[in-house]
Amino acid sequence: MKIHEYQGKEILRQFGVETPRGIPCFSVAEAVEAAKRLAGPPWVVKAQIHAGGRGKGGGVKLARSLDEVERHAQAMLGMRLVTHQTGPEGRLVRRLLIEEGSDIRHEYYVACLTDRASQLVVMMASREGGMDIEEVAAREPEKIVKVFINPLDGISDEQARRLAEGIGVPVSSLPGAVITFKNLYRCYMETDATLVEINPWILDGAGRLLALDAKLNFDDNALFRHPEIAALRDVDEEDPDEVEASKYDLSYISLDGNIGCLVNGAGLAMATMDVIKLFGGEPANFLDVGGGASTEKVTAAFKIMLKNPKVKGILVNIFGGFMRCDTIANGIVAAAREVHLAVPLVVRMKGTHEDIGKQILAASNLPIISADTLSEAAEKIVAAVR
Amino acid sequence: MSILIDKNTRVITQGITGKTGQFHTEKCLEYAYGRHCFVAGVNPKKAGESIFGLPIFATVKEAKEATNATVSVIYVPPAGAADAIWEACEADLDLVICITEGIPVRDMLLVRNKMKRKVAQGGKETLLLGPNCPGLITPDEIKIGIMPGHIHKRGRVGVVSRSGTLTYEAVAQLSELGLGQSSAVGIGGDPINGLKHLDVLKMFNDDPETEAVVMIGEIGGPDEAEAARWCKENMKKPVVGFVAGVTAPPGKRMGHAGALISGGADTAEAKLAVMEECGFAITRNPSEIGKLVKSLL
Repeated sequence: MKIHEYQGKEILRQFGVETPRGIPCFSVAEAVEAAKRLAGPPWVVKAQIHAGGRGKGGGVKLARSLDEVERHAQAMLGMRLVTHQTGPEGRLVRRLLIEEGSDIRHEYYVACLTDRASQLVVMMASREGGMDIEEVAAREPEKIVKVFINPLDGISDEQARRLAEGIGVPVSSLPGAVITFKNLYRCYMETDATLVEINPWILDGAGRLLALDAKLNFDDNALFRHPEIAALRDVDEEDPDEVEASKYDLSYISLDGNIGCLVNGAGLAMATMDVIKLFGGEPANFLDVGGGASTEKVTAAFKIMLKNPKVKGILVNIFGGFMRCDTIANGIVAAAREVHLAVPLVVRMKGTHEDIGKQILAASNLPIISADTLSEAAEKIVAAVR
Repeated sequence: MSILIDKNTRVITQGITGKTGQFHTEKCLEYAYGRHCFVAGVNPKKAGESIFGLPIFATVKEAKEATNATVSVIYVPPAGAADAIWEACEADLDLVICITEGIPVRDMLLVRNKMKRKVAQGGKETLLLGPNCPGLITPDEIKIGIMPGHIHKRGRVGVVSRSGTLTYEAVAQLSELGLGQSSAVGIGGDPINGLKHLDVLKMFNDDPETEAVVMIGEIGGPDEAEAARWCKENMKKPVVGFVAGVTAPPGKRMGHAGALISGGADTAEAKLAVMEECGFAITRNPSEIGKLVKSLL
């Protein structure tokens, strides 16, 4: 789960990681009021959306007067902010963060995440903050310092010091840096985060170290033990179809093509998308109905796929293991009738009770195109949508 | 032969009394030597009772002592699953198979490091398969997990995969072409897991009954590339490779917790390129996996 920058900073402060003072706002009047309560000028007006690259898209502005705060807030609230992470349609700005301006002397980068290969926590830092870390990694990998932390031991003073010295934190600010890294690690572990990234993490004129940005992602599977973090979810930032699908325990992701697919199992769902592409088509979505697909679930899945106006055909690919093909076939027939299906539907069913499933589909008198193999199914649906 | 399990393996089921545990234990008991292989269940609240004729013990340790079992399978719900894995390790079992989906990453991170530290300090090593996996099967002998037994056929092709139904797809193709399996192993779709592609490939390489291997991967993580690089120097048998998710967009979790493109190296295309370079016979069409294996034997 993702959260907003201002929420991330609140969490960081709870763990003793310093940030500039700031106030979240939902209206222009609130923004001006917030600026009055904070030290300034200058202030920084920051659009709050769940995507990076906001500065380049006009979502971060410096304000040298209350008038400028008002103007920037006016311009940002309600705008569709386009960044490299939002796609061309951009994201509607509904919230702002008004922050005290900082006297930036140096910009660093610091992040904490879990390394799959070593099964350890890695904290990495760079002296080149404020820019895309993947560019730094590709161009000057020596500028990224990493320490691998065994979660049974936690981060040591020595590791925190190695990071701070490795990125050139001035000697007078070293103790503060060591404390920050240790607090950041604690924040990462105790909140079940999957990523804590601060870019930039700055040194100011007074020698203080501050998190100027905060990107925190959390493990969905651990939210049950963090109700206070689960409460920060902002469904406005999520794809409405994905939110709807999650209510039915369906795993759904919107894509750009015109062939809807309904599959059981995540790996098979990806493979089905790949085969569609291989035969010259484009998948409209990823949809895993999971193990126990009821008629209700299948109907919900059809409705969600068909809400997408781009969908010109549907491919159902089911490998019946313990989920029986006859159950799925009944679900498909009921769903197709309920939604008055008007686009071509190709069904490929394999496994337990395959024959009964096929009979149910044939007896329904619905215009269902049947296929035996995945290749055949993909070929047929690609031809049908042309 | 086979890898990891055969008809002489004795298995304890942790979480045997839950809905999923009951359903799949019954199917496993019905499969081949299942009645012989599955010997006990564990549930501290129901110790002394029995289910499907199997005794229930309070702890894994007690179940092991009473039955001489060496393997356990876990259906315990996510919040308690990592503790269940650790209990099996502390009882010094040989292998623990965790079917449970949805375990918090931090729990897995902690238990994996506890397992490694135990071995580093001279303790017995317990292998972990999963979590979030379908389990493994040695056809016509024993099935531990949730895969449909009837699609499998005894034979000489090893199968290792991160996914459930996609593995069934590959297995069904093999069986239809008359190519049976020595063992089929699901390593699971989570980012922090136990046995990896590489570990299982090494076992298939050493198994005299396995003549070829199918390796099925997906987007996310470094494991497929690591396994391929090892094979280039060491693998004595042909390997057919497929990686799901060529069309998956970066930054989106595709169902499995571990199926997430986070950089350039963990895309499906990047993995396929490494696999091809390391001598795998790769296919971009999962419908062709069976035929490709047949062409190599």
